[in-house]
Amino acid sequence: MFDHGKIEKNSILMLVCTLIVVSIGGIIEISPLFYLESTIEEVDGVRPYTPLELAGRNIYIREGCYNCHSQMVRPLRDEVERYGHYSLAAESMYDHPFQWGSKRTGPDLARVGGKYSDDWHRDHLVDPRALVPESIMPGYPFLSTSPLKTADIADHLLANRGVGVPYSDDMIASALADLQAQADPDADGTDGLEERYPGVNIRNFDGAAGAPSEMDALIAYLQVLGTMVDFSTYDAKANER
Amino acid sequence: MNLIIMAPLGLAGLLGLLLAAKSADNVMYGHGLLLTAFCIAGVIWLIRRDGNTGRTLDPTAGDMDYNDEVIRAGVIASTFWGIVGFLVGVVIALQLAFPLLNLDLPWTTFGRLRPLHTSAVIFAFGGNVLIMTSFHVIQRTCRARLAGGFAPWFVFWGYQLFIVMAATGYVFGVTQSKEYAEPEWYVDIWLTIVWVTYLLVFLGTLRKRREPHIYVANWFYLAFIVTVAMLHLVNNMSLPVSFAGAKSYSLFAGVQDALTQWWYGHNAVGFFLTAGFLGIMYYYVPKQAERPIYSYRLSIVHFWSLVFLYIWAGPHHLHYTALPDWAQTLGMTFSIMLWMPSWGGMINGLMTLSGAWDKLRTDPVLRMMAISVAFYGMSTFEGPLMSIKAVNSLSHYTDWTIGHVHSGALGWVGMVSFGAIYFLAPRMWGRRELYSLRLVSLHFWLATLGIVLYASSMWVSGIMQGLMWRAYDALGFLEYSFAETVDAMFPFYVIRASGGLLYVAGGIVMAWNVWRTARGDVRTEKPYLTAPAAATA
Repeated sequence: MFDHGKIEKNSILMLVCTLIVVSIGGIIEISPLFYLESTIEEVDGVRPYTPLELAGRNIYIREGCYNCHSQMVRPLRDEVERYGHYSLAAESMYDHPFQWGSKRTGPDLARVGGKYSDDWHRDHLVDPRALVPESIMPGYPFLSTSPLKTADIADHLLANRGVGVPYSDDMIASALADLQAQADPDADGTDGLEERYPGVNIRNFDGAAGAPSEMDALIAYLQVLGTMVDFSTYDAKANER
Repeated sequence: MNLIIMAPLGLAGLLGLLLAAKSADNVMYGHGLLLTAFCIAGVIWLIRRDGNTGRTLDPTAGDMDYNDEVIRAGVIASTFWGIVGFLVGVVIALQLAFPLLNLDLPWTTFGRLRPLHTSAVIFAFGGNVLIMTSFHVIQRTCRARLAGGFAPWFVFWGYQLFIVMAATGYVFGVTQSKEYAEPEWYVDIWLTIVWVTYLLVFLGTLRKRREPHIYVANWFYLAFIVTVAMLHLVNNMSLPVSFAGAKSYSLFAGVQDALTQWWYGHNAVGFFLTAGFLGIMYYYVPKQAERPIYSYRLSIVHFWSLVFLYIWAGPHHLHYTALPDWAQTLGMTFSIMLWMPSWGGMINGLMTLSGAWDKLRTDPVLRMMAISVAFYGMSTFEGPLMSIKAVNSLSHYTDWTIGHVHSGALGWVGMVSFGAIYFLAPRMWGRRELYSLRLVSLHFWLATLGIVLYASSMWVSGIMQGLMWRAYDALGFLEYSFAETVDAMFPFYVIRASGGLLYVAGGIVMAWNVWRTARGDVRTEKPYLTAPAAATA
């Protein structure tokens, strides 16, 4: 007969038993996600973020946008009609960390890329209620006036490579040039940018002259969200294994 | 002895200076200097105190030489952070109703203040309550003084430094963006050092115990400490961009990161806000009711089933997402099973009152503890319900989740913490009684009404939001634009904020009561209903 008294009288035994019991669930649920091939579907088009998009993503994180906006369209009729094709695991495979969110105080942003113009985003971020009277979003006028910190952008790409994002040596070497080129369509060297990051949007996102602002970066990020996969050619059946 | 402690403190202080000197951003500069200041203050404090680590005032302590000073500090810190956390909650609740209150400044928007609120209530308020009560309970149930001389003080002050670094970081835009794990890598490392010391103090005290058995409350505290350590270490694995820069990138990405985060996130609820607080229930409810725990056997079943099942429940935060279906189903199944140990624990807590039910009328402190256990039962019924995929497809992403969290946080965690604080205040300051029982009763009603307003308004707004999102008109088009659903929330956001305001008011009443109790005052008031005879007279 098992005697619970043994555990109750030995603190180290209690500690070890507890640790074993609380480890089981996580091991069984999480570790298969790293080796089951069906976890992330094979799909064309998903690429690492450009340096400007990555910088914009870091602003999205800094401002806590995830507190009110999800980036995960569920396969439910109303969501697919409201936001677009349901989200694929592959679409966030380079997201360190993920930004799926847990609350929709504002709408889902997984497919917001290309839905509104750059000007709309700029005006909306500066004063949301000027465009959407019902909105309860904070205004972010300071993004337009804050120059983007760019000096260490190559280190950011390098750190991402360290955690598994396939940035090439070429991408890291030209990170700063790529960042500036993406926000300035008249600059030289946008060819290399397009080669390295297929389908990249190259525009003066905030419409203001001069060095890229934080607004440039954030809009560049928002405009790429959900646009990497071409769903006119995506075949969900091909991934059924 | 002191030198052994001072040396690492001095080294940490130098490291802080180095971080500040090399800092890649202003936040790291400030936090480096903060670490240095902390270490200098620690060394000065060690020299001045020189071996005097606190004395017992508790009149019920007998001849035991307990370390009660660190618990007195805990009572003050818990009360202070509680009010701060509740207040920030009211501010962000009002921001949702009146967006002008965001002020459109970088440091005051909802996106930066919401993590400040959640961390302040969970980690600053809840964490201080847990450290305080665990240090109290373990000394009393082991009949041994806290292990490690100054180590408990390092845990206390080190934890406050963690809170300050996390909170200032959020306001200045330093965050990992993982909910309830927002602090960046260097703050995480600091917390790990503090937490390991906490575990060692706890184990060291257990080792010194003069009772053969480890009391059940300590099982829960131990499980809380060790599981939170595991969750914290795994979920916060990340690669810093530079040695002296705040920014890091999470080791995992996308779907793996999501499940790791919610394995952490749900068990921050399960082990921080549940197992730890069940430790509080298992000691303070029997003490206050002066009754033994209802069932010893049930506590064994409760403990092992709870710690085993909770850890599986994370995937219910990711229903219908890109997480594989098998993981979602597994998470849902275990979440529903979790209902049973949760209610087993509730029954064990409530039935401890058998034979003492009349005290609910005469003892508002016990009433506070009893309603907390009742709220625990309610929210652990609602949780499994919301983890069912069909229900979740409606409730997820809406305010229903926010309401659910708050009936657990305000009702269970808050109320049982208030009960413990009211239990400790007179004893830790060596007073015969609380300053005022009537003020405890006032606090009880303010808090309870606040919760009712909060939970009911969030039920209505959450379910309405979910229904509006999926509503179709006669022609088969979506009936509402997103902006229309936002507009419809306004009255409920106002009601919610007013509920929060009542809850803060209750916290302030408590702070007043605790302060006067510590001073040794007794309020001249009509005595609180004491004997049944009074009712019949």
